[in-house]
Amino acid sequence: MRRVGVLALQGDVREHFATLENLGATPEKVRRVTDLDGLDGLIIPGGESTTISHLLVTSGLREPLQDLISGGFPVFGTCAGLIMLADEVLDGRSDQWSFGALNVSVRRNGYGRQIASFETPIVLEGRGTVLGVFIRAPRILRWGNDVEVIASHDHGDGEHPVLVRQDSVWGCSFHPELTSDVLVHGLFLDALQEALR
Amino acid sequence: MNSALTSSIVGSALVKRGLADMLRGGVIMDVVNPEQARIAEDAGAVAVMALERVPSDIRRDGGVARMSDPQMIQDIQTTVTIPVMAKARIGHFAEAQILQALDVDYIDESEVLTPADEENHIDKWDFTVPFVCGATNLGEALRRIAEGACLIRSKGEAGTGNVVEAVRHLRTINAQMRRLASADVSELFALAKDLQAPIALVQEVAATGKLPVPLFCAGGISTPADASLVLQLGAEAVFVGSGIFKSEDPERMAKAIVEATTHFEDAGIVAKVSTGLGAAMRGAETATLEQRLADRGW
Repeated sequence: MRRVGVLALQGDVREHFATLENLGATPEKVRRVTDLDGLDGLIIPGGESTTISHLLVTSGLREPLQDLISGGFPVFGTCAGLIMLADEVLDGRSDQWSFGALNVSVRRNGYGRQIASFETPIVLEGRGTVLGVFIRAPRILRWGNDVEVIASHDHGDGEHPVLVRQDSVWGCSFHPELTSDVLVHGLFLDALQEALR
Repeated sequence: MNSALTSSIVGSALVKRGLADMLRGGVIMDVVNPEQARIAEDAGAVAVMALERVPSDIRRDGGVARMSDPQMIQDIQTTVTIPVMAKARIGHFAEAQILQALDVDYIDESEVLTPADEENHIDKWDFTVPFVCGATNLGEALRRIAEGACLIRSKGEAGTGNVVEAVRHLRTINAQMRRLASADVSELFALAKDLQAPIALVQEVAATGKLPVPLFCAGGISTPADASLVLQLGAEAVFVGSGIFKSEDPERMAKAIVEATTHFEDAGIVAKVSTGLGAAMRGAETATLEQRLADRGW
């Protein structure tokens, strides 16, 4: 049984809990540094990235998490979580910081404000199709050769990755946790299982 | 339009409720200008509510309170990166159309403004932008959801700095949901009649034990302890109106309420952030109010 932390400072923590439980994993809320002990991986949920980054600093979690992630600790970020993991954040605040664990550039609200938020089928080649729910979603505009693109979406202006992986770090522009489909979380848990072997 | 875009859907219930889900565990702050919006974002607000006057000033000034000047809303939109909400009068669908044209992220059909229709609320299904509405009890919450609201907040008594009404509304909604969850299915029809709520939504609450949309708290929250209280009572996020910018030190108060909202179960952290904050807004006894805003809405 995998123990997977869900960063519970702000955002849709409950949905990630439900998805992890459906997959037989044990989710744990992470709000304090001591909550990181004994975890096999961590999910950074959707929410507001400015709020989550602010609370990562005030809670003292920023540095220990940075050390863990730099050391290869498996982590998966959805939406705001993807922003927190990206190397470069465009259209953010001047003091926006991120863990710099994924070699991608993301634009905050890169698909538009809430009125442009959308849902659309996303094909994971050879694995199936999931419903992608994009809410003021970040758009991946640049990605390095070391980044594996697992799924892309063409929003009328060319293909952009929406689910990517670089070693043990996963990022997703949409919210797999908002649907009952467990496919995306399952991929992360499979990778986590392999890493533990 | 290419095939990828034709299979994309905007304005679905999932997408509209989804933004409310993303705001959970956060603080939405009333702001009246870009400077306050910047302070709110710096403090860690998940969204701002752009309005011309905070509720305590609306209460003091009297007169008709309307939607804010679009220029002010746009100035705030260009200042911050977090979602920007704005208020329309109850039933004033033209104000809501304007707010949607301005690309606001959420519309609050709010009793804080002077109602424009004393029978009908806005048909919120008609809009791509999501709506939040206030409620004092479960029946009112379910009527708003039936009209298309994607987020429910307690009304509380806005502009008083007194949390007593918000507590009453949260406790009432929760007690009524527990009653439904424990009822026999054959009793739900009569309970729906009592609540004046659609039977399908009553059956859904009875089956799940919770609202089909998130439940936030608004109305009178003015300290970190208030935030902790209402979160422990089941609210999933808080709206703070006058409580921040009518306090002695708004920057510190804003940061403190944000931290208390995240760590609401940890009294040690709430104690720490409550220390040396300066005076909260003065506040008012709700029993002697001439006008109760919570009575607006039907």
